[in-house]
Amino acid sequence: MELPAREPSPPGDAAVIAASSAAASGAAEEMPFQRIVADFAASRIALAGLALIAVILVAALFAPLISPQNPYDLAQLDVMDSRLPPGAQSADGKFTYWLGTDDQGRDMLSAIFYGLRISIGVGVASTLCALAIGTTLGLLAAFFGGRGDSLIMRIADIQLSFPAILIALILLAVLGQGVDKIIVALVAVQWAYYARTVRSSALVERRKEYVDAAACLALPTRRIVFRHLLPNCLPPLIVVATVQVAAAITLEATLSFLGLGLPITEPSLGLLISNGFTYLLSGKYWISFFPGIALLVTIVSINLVGDQLRDVLNPRLQR
Amino acid sequence: MLVYLIRRATQSVVVLLVMSLLVFVGVYAIGNPVDILINPNADQEDIERAIKGLGLDKPLWEQYLVFLKQALLGDLGKSFVFNVPALQLILERMPATLELAVTAMLIAIVFGIPLGLWAGLKPDSVAGKTIMTGSILGFSLPTFWVGLMLIMVFSVDLGWLPSSGRGPTRELLGVPVSFLSWDGIKHLIMPATNLALFNLALVIRLTRAGTREALVQDYVKFARAKGLSDARVIGVHVLKNISIPIVTVTGLQFGTLIAFAIVTETIFAWPGMGKLLIDSIHVLDRPVIVAYLLIIVTFFIVINLLVDLAYSLLDPRVRLADAKA
Amino acid sequence: MTEATLKVENLRTHFFTRHGVVKAVDGVGFEVHAGRVLGLVGESGSGKSVTGFSILGLVDPPGRIVAGSILLKGRDLRTLAPAQWRTIRGNRIAMIFQDPLMTLNPVLRIDTQMIEAVRAHDRVSVSTARERARDALARVGIPSPDERLAAYPHQFSGGMRQRVAIAIALLNKPDLIIADEPTTALDVTIQAQILAEAQKLCRESGTALIWITHDLAVIAGLADEVCVMYAGRIVERGTVDEVLDAPMHPYTRGLLESVPSRNRRGVPLAQIPGMTPSLVNLPLGCAFRERCSRATETCLTDPPLYNLGGRYVRCFHPIHVQDEAEASG
Repeated sequence: MELPAREPSPPGDAAVIAASSAAASGAAEEMPFQRIVADFAASRIALAGLALIAVILVAALFAPLISPQNPYDLAQLDVMDSRLPPGAQSADGKFTYWLGTDDQGRDMLSAIFYGLRISIGVGVASTLCALAIGTTLGLLAAFFGGRGDSLIMRIADIQLSFPAILIALILLAVLGQGVDKIIVALVAVQWAYYARTVRSSALVERRKEYVDAAACLALPTRRIVFRHLLPNCLPPLIVVATVQVAAAITLEATLSFLGLGLPITEPSLGLLISNGFTYLLSGKYWISFFPGIALLVTIVSINLVGDQLRDVLNPRLQR
Repeated sequence: MLVYLIRRATQSVVVLLVMSLLVFVGVYAIGNPVDILINPNADQEDIERAIKGLGLDKPLWEQYLVFLKQALLGDLGKSFVFNVPALQLILERMPATLELAVTAMLIAIVFGIPLGLWAGLKPDSVAGKTIMTGSILGFSLPTFWVGLMLIMVFSVDLGWLPSSGRGPTRELLGVPVSFLSWDGIKHLIMPATNLALFNLALVIRLTRAGTREALVQDYVKFARAKGLSDARVIGVHVLKNISIPIVTVTGLQFGTLIAFAIVTETIFAWPGMGKLLIDSIHVLDRPVIVAYLLIIVTFFIVINLLVDLAYSLLDPRVRLADAKA
Repeated sequence: MTEATLKVENLRTHFFTRHGVVKAVDGVGFEVHAGRVLGLVGESGSGKSVTGFSILGLVDPPGRIVAGSILLKGRDLRTLAPAQWRTIRGNRIAMIFQDPLMTLNPVLRIDTQMIEAVRAHDRVSVSTARERARDALARVGIPSPDERLAAYPHQFSGGMRQRVAIAIALLNKPDLIIADEPTTALDVTIQAQILAEAQKLCRESGTALIWITHDLAVIAGLADEVCVMYAGRIVERGTVDEVLDAPMHPYTRGLLESVPSRNRRGVPLAQIPGMTPSLVNLPLGCAFRERCSRATETCLTDPPLYNLGGRYVRCFHPIHVQDEAEASG
């Protein structure tokens, strides 16, 4: 194969140099990507986790379509059917409540599908927001350094030294209830992880030559940071984000369980579990138990995938 | 050593001041201080009087100074619901929370270190793998759900343990504790175990990782070359090396335990600070919320300081380097 | 001739890894007598350290001793149970490692580490053990031993730490000390002191000493006998004078010639061409064949260890024998 003849290009020849740096980061993403997929697939447990996540996501997305009943449409509920055990028939005999009903006569299976939707929706939305904010702040801190860096990192460190649940509780106590407020609380709790992770990677990457090359071209800072630095900081970010989605979902469930999270009109799995708490003591376990299992399966499968991703994307474990 | 202490103490005071400022801003500037500090059920005249009395008509910075002064004197407002000073309420509930948190910490250490050692010494055995899988579960399972399941199994199905509340208390050194009676212990076991799970998983993983790292070090080989028994090599040489990071992490986790106690106390109706906080949030008893915040922030700062101190005392390399410097 | 303190015969230690069997030690044999110093010389990867560990039974999995005998004063150590091994280690055979900062436990005091070495083998009180530790430190030339006992390893300099390691080795008056590159991490002046100390102590107490190193200069000054190892085998063995003045194995000669010398100023440094073979993939026949200028077709078979009047050479074409033969006829 013949290599194209390369003459030393004058500094103004942006096209060649930009192309080579883009090729460097582009090529670096293409070939290893296949390898990453292959490495990931090496663990059957992780694949199982991934499959479970896919199933759960589908269930959550299509909840209205696949639920036997819309549990929040009062017209569809029959109070006569309340607190029925799993497998019971509805009063009018039309269908079976596979997982029982709660105190309002809602079909648990449907409630779980809708609940999954909200739990996952809130978890993912807050993670994405926190990711965006935290990453931007972390990149800026790493790239510009100095007082801004110290300030951002000091705030992040102080925040990280307090447990997430405490910060979230306080924010919700001040802000009140509502989906948007919960997301704000979750974002406020999580951004620091992303900022710290990105900053560490960015500090390392910043010393590498492609950044100097881009700077020599007088590319605008924003372009250097987002088009060149960021893609190379992605691997640890992906791992943190995956694990954090699970953490966000858990935190939201805990807050809802405590009665501080989502309002009753948009019940997540946490709220469902909380509803069933009082019935636990009289033996009607299914109102809390099944939403709990759904929550559990979601979190464990995300963690399994996250664990495997961490091993696969860890440069120190590369052979 | 002294220099280090002074430096850390100063840092802590700064953080405390910053936090007090944040709390102040949150309550007085963002929230509506009238609602927060004055009982909303009072009539208009009383409200006017209270506003003057609390100095809410003064400029903000002056209010902050008043706030600080009051806080230092121990006056953090009066509970709307109980009509007693908020600080007193919290201090009354503190022993219960501390009892729970300390027991949970002990469970995590007493069971976590041996289990982690085993998993580190025999990572490929059935026991080792089971321990590791268990620790992953301990991490992932949401604490509140595990609490519910514990109640379901041990209280409802088996009837062995009471499902809520704290057992009868007795005074120990002036502090009411409940573990001195069998009934008290029965009430303590489930909530303490529930609270301990997350930490237990953490300690197991830390100990295992530390053990595996330590075993390949030269000093272990040298200790064997001296003819020391396995028990001594692991029990003294390895353990002393891994105990330092474990102690530091566990110490730092104590604050998290107190925070997580909020959930456990709610589930098991344990009369501690955490349950007080949740109840207060629900009935909007805001002075209590503010008081809790300030106290817990102080707690955290003190814990961080103590852990730093402990670390420098435990690791001879740090301790003696400081002494030389 | 008195019985040898240590007699190793046909020792084979193999590591069973995923990539294949690594024959780290493949048929090694030698003797050491009381009060004498044996030098074990070789490059990294020649198997000399593993030989040392094998003698103490400290080979970690996936390695293990697969063949051979290790006779300590006539007693075969390979037949010992683990509990009996512990009575030998640190007691009848002691070992000194390369880097004492890594081998002394950084979070334990020196006296703790010395007292436990005494009490592991002798039921004495802590104060008696402490006395012995103090005396041992004094004997290796550490000033103010009482204060030093209460110190931690990182408070010593490199040379001092190594003296402590030697003191620990001497605590229980062992029959044999194995020293694995103990001076490699130290500067040359300290190295000279330690060597002199070690030699003196061994002569005085009648302890046999095996000194493992890659540095021929050290051997020249210290050892009575020397074994040269290559790729897991002994390729030459004899007294220090014999081997260093008139090396018979081409590898030994190559080693000696590659040492820079004042006498050869201006001459380019001689190098042994090629690289040490991978121990998983040894070449057919003599392991040195591919790098040897004297190799012939005979060398495609394994050369045995020839005994030439007390000198041993593993070579079909050893140097001086052939040259003498050529010279004389």
